[in-house]
Amino acid sequence: MEASKLNIVLAGNPNSGKTTLFNALTGLKQKVGNYPGITVEKKVADVDIVGHNVRIIDVPGIYSLYSKSIDEKVAQSIICDKFQDDYADVVVVVADASNLRRSIFLLTQIIDLKIPVVLALNMIDIASKKGIILDVNKLSFELGIEIIAINARKARGLLKLKDAIIRTISNQSDNYKTILDVNKVFGKIILEVNQIRGIQNDYASFLSLCGYDMGNTIEQKVKISVLSKDNELIVDRLQAKETVRRYKNIDIIISKSTKIVEVAGKYRVTEIIDKILMHPFFGYLIFLSILFLMFQAVFQWSSLPMDVIDGLFTKLSLWTASAIPQGILNDLLVNGVLAGIGGIVIFIPQIAFLFAFIVFLEDTGYMARVSFITDRFLKQVGLNGRSVIPLLSGVACAVPAIMSARTISNWKERLITIMVTPLMSCSARLPVYTLIISLIIPVDVYYGIFNLQGLVLMLFYILGFLAAIIIAFLLKFIIKSKERSFFVMEMPSYKIPDWKTVIYTIFEKVKIFLFDAGKIIIAISIILWFLSSYGPGEKFKQIEDKWQDKEFAQENIASEKLEYSYAGLIGKVIEPAIKPLGFDWKIGISLITSFAAREVFVGTMSTIYSVGDDDIVSIRERLRRERNKETGEPFFTTAVGISLMLFYAFAMQCMTTVAVVYRETNSIKWPLLQFLYLTVLAYLSSFIAFQLLS
Amino acid sequence: MLSLSQLPVYTDAEISKINDPDLEQKLLEMGCTPGEIISVVRKAPFKGPIAIMVSSYMLSIRFSDACKIDVNIKNGS
Repeated sequence: MEASKLNIVLAGNPNSGKTTLFNALTGLKQKVGNYPGITVEKKVADVDIVGHNVRIIDVPGIYSLYSKSIDEKVAQSIICDKFQDDYADVVVVVADASNLRRSIFLLTQIIDLKIPVVLALNMIDIASKKGIILDVNKLSFELGIEIIAINARKARGLLKLKDAIIRTISNQSDNYKTILDVNKVFGKIILEVNQIRGIQNDYASFLSLCGYDMGNTIEQKVKISVLSKDNELIVDRLQAKETVRRYKNIDIIISKSTKIVEVAGKYRVTEIIDKILMHPFFGYLIFLSILFLMFQAVFQWSSLPMDVIDGLFTKLSLWTASAIPQGILNDLLVNGVLAGIGGIVIFIPQIAFLFAFIVFLEDTGYMARVSFITDRFLKQVGLNGRSVIPLLSGVACAVPAIMSARTISNWKERLITIMVTPLMSCSARLPVYTLIISLIIPVDVYYGIFNLQGLVLMLFYILGFLAAIIIAFLLKFIIKSKERSFFVMEMPSYKIPDWKTVIYTIFEKVKIFLFDAGKIIIAISIILWFLSSYGPGEKFKQIEDKWQDKEFAQENIASEKLEYSYAGLIGKVIEPAIKPLGFDWKIGISLITSFAAREVFVGTMSTIYSVGDDDIVSIRERLRRERNKETGEPFFTTAVGISLMLFYAFAMQCMTTVAVVYRETNSIKWPLLQFLYLTVLAYLSSFIAFQLLS
Repeated sequence: MLSLSQLPVYTDAEISKINDPDLEQKLLEMGCTPGEIISVVRKAPFKGPIAIMVSSYMLSIRFSDACKIDVNIKNGS
C-alpha cells in the first residue's frame, strides 16, 4: 500500500496560515526532515482522512510557480514534476481571503496545469472586517474548483476540507477551467512545445519554455531551449506578459465574486501599531528595549530548570557510577557519554526560551518590521533585513540560526549571514564567561543598578555583534556575486500568535540543536574522554601507586593523570603557541576539549585543578589560589581572564557549526575559511589584549 | 509621472512602469501590475526601505528599487 499512498501537498503564500493548517491537520504526527541532497526543510505527516491513508506534505511558502530561491524550487518541483517522489495527487492551496488577489495567483497557475486542486480559504473574518464580502459559490464556479472556507487557527472547516480533498481525488475529470489560455496569448509556439513534451498541457509547456523544471527529459529540455533561441524569445518578457494577463483575468473573476463595502470607522490596528513600531526613532528604541527585556527574562527563567537538569544529571552519574562495576565501561559511561549528554541537555531551557521569544515575535508579524527598520544598515555591510532572524537566533545556538538563513534568497547575503552568525554570543559561551568574570571582575555596583560583572558580560555580547558587523563588511568586498539583491518582503498584519505554531516551532529548533549538535558533541566527548583517560607508557600506573592511601587521592590522581594523558601531552605541545596569549598547558587542554562544545571548558578546568565537583564557586576559589610558577603572583590576572574570554568570543570551538556550514553551503571552502578567520581573529585579539594588559 | 520614491506618503497613485526586469518580475507576481493603485505608508530613515500598500496588503521595497518604479498620482486624492 505504501506506493499507492496519496500525496496531498499544502501550498500557499507565506503568511497565508498554511503552517497553522498543517499543524491542525496533522498534530504530533508530523516529521521534519530535509529533502535529499539539498537543505530545504521538509515537513510531512502520514494521517488518516475519511478512511484514506494519506501523506500530507507542507512545502515552503511561494507566491507563484516562478521559483527562484532553493526553497521555492522545491515547492515548484513537487507541484509540477511528475517524477518527484512526493508529486502531488491533489494540491490544497491555502489562501488569505483578505489578500485574495495575490493569493489566488498561484492557485490559477495550478488550475491551468490541470492538477487536481482544492482551495482552503482562510481568514474570511478578517476580509469582512476590511469590507470585502465574498461570494464563495460564485468564486468556486468561476475557478471551476471546490472551495472550502476554513479557520486554520480555530481548526474550523477541517472536516469539510478533508471531504473535499477526497472528492477531488476520486472525481477527477478533464473538465478543468482555463484561467489564462497561454495558447491564445503566445500562439503556436506552445503547441510546438506540447509536441516536444508529448503531452497536451499548454501551461506546463509554457513554464517549460520559460526554463522551469517540469519533469522534462534532458533531450526535451535541449529541444525546448533550441526552439526558444530560434524564436528569439526573452524569457523575462514572456513571463512578465503572462503575469500581467493572468492578473487581468483574476481581476475579472474577483470583481464577479466579491463586493467591497465601506466599513464604518475604518481604523486599522496594524497601521496604528506600525506608526509606533516602525517610527524612525522610537522604532529602534523599542526594538532595543525588547532585546534587553528578552535577555533579562531568558536568563532569569532558565536558571531554575537548568539547576534542576544539572541536579538530575549529577544524580544519574552517581547512580550509574555505583550501579555498574568499576572499570573502563563505567568510566566511559559516566565521564564520556553521560557527561556529553548532560552538557547538551543543560542548554535546552535557555535555547527554548530564546527561541520562544524569537518565534513569538516572528509570528506576531513584528520581526518583518525589525527587518524593515534594520535593512538600511545591514545592507551597508553586505547583509539583508532578513539576516535579523539568523543573527538573533545565533544568541541561542548558531546551528538552527544558520539554517534559518535559508529565507535569504540572495546567495551572497545568505553566505555572509552564515559566515558571521557564529560570532554572536551563543548559550555555550555563557558558562565560560560567567566563570571568568566571577574570577577577575569585582562585584561592584554603580549608581545602585549597574552591576560591573553584568556590564562586562553585556560588553562581550555587544563585542560579538560588532565583530559580526565588521567581518560582514569585509566579506562584502571579498565575496563576488553578480546576483541582484532585493528587499521585497511582505509586512503581514499584526496578529496574536497561534500558540500551537509557536510551540511546534520551538520544538523543532530545540530538536535541531539536540540531534544535530548532540550527535557531534557526544562523539567528540567520547574521543576526548579517551584522550584524557589514557596516556602513553607506564606513567598512569606510577601515579596510582604514588598516591595510594594518601589524602585527596582521588582528586590528585585525576589531575595528575590528566597531565600525563594524551590530552595533557597535546596541551603541553601547544603551550609555546598559546603562551603569548597568557595561557599555560592547563588552559591548553581546556581549549582542546572545548572543540566539542565551549562549555566543556568549565568541566575540564575542574578536572585539571582537581576540584572534585564542577560547581562554579569551588572552581573559582581553586583558580584564585593558582600561582604563576615563575613569578609567584596569582596566575589568573585580569589580563589572562580577558584574553581567555576574547578567545572564547571569537574562536570556532564548535564542530557542529562547522558541519552545518558545510551542509548549508555545500562546499568545504566556506567552513574552512570561517574556521581560519575565526581562529586568526581569536588568536590576535587574545594576543593583543594580553600583551597590552599585562 | 514621478517615481515611487518621490511619491508623498498616503497618496494614491497608479503603477505605470517598472524599469528593471528582475525587480519587475518579483513585483508582478506579488500583484504590483500596471494600473494597480499603490500608496506609500512608511519610510525607514536614511533612504531605507519604503513600505507600500498594494492590493490591500503591505509590502516593503528598497529605496533604490522604488526609484525605478514610475507612478501616476490619481486625480482627486
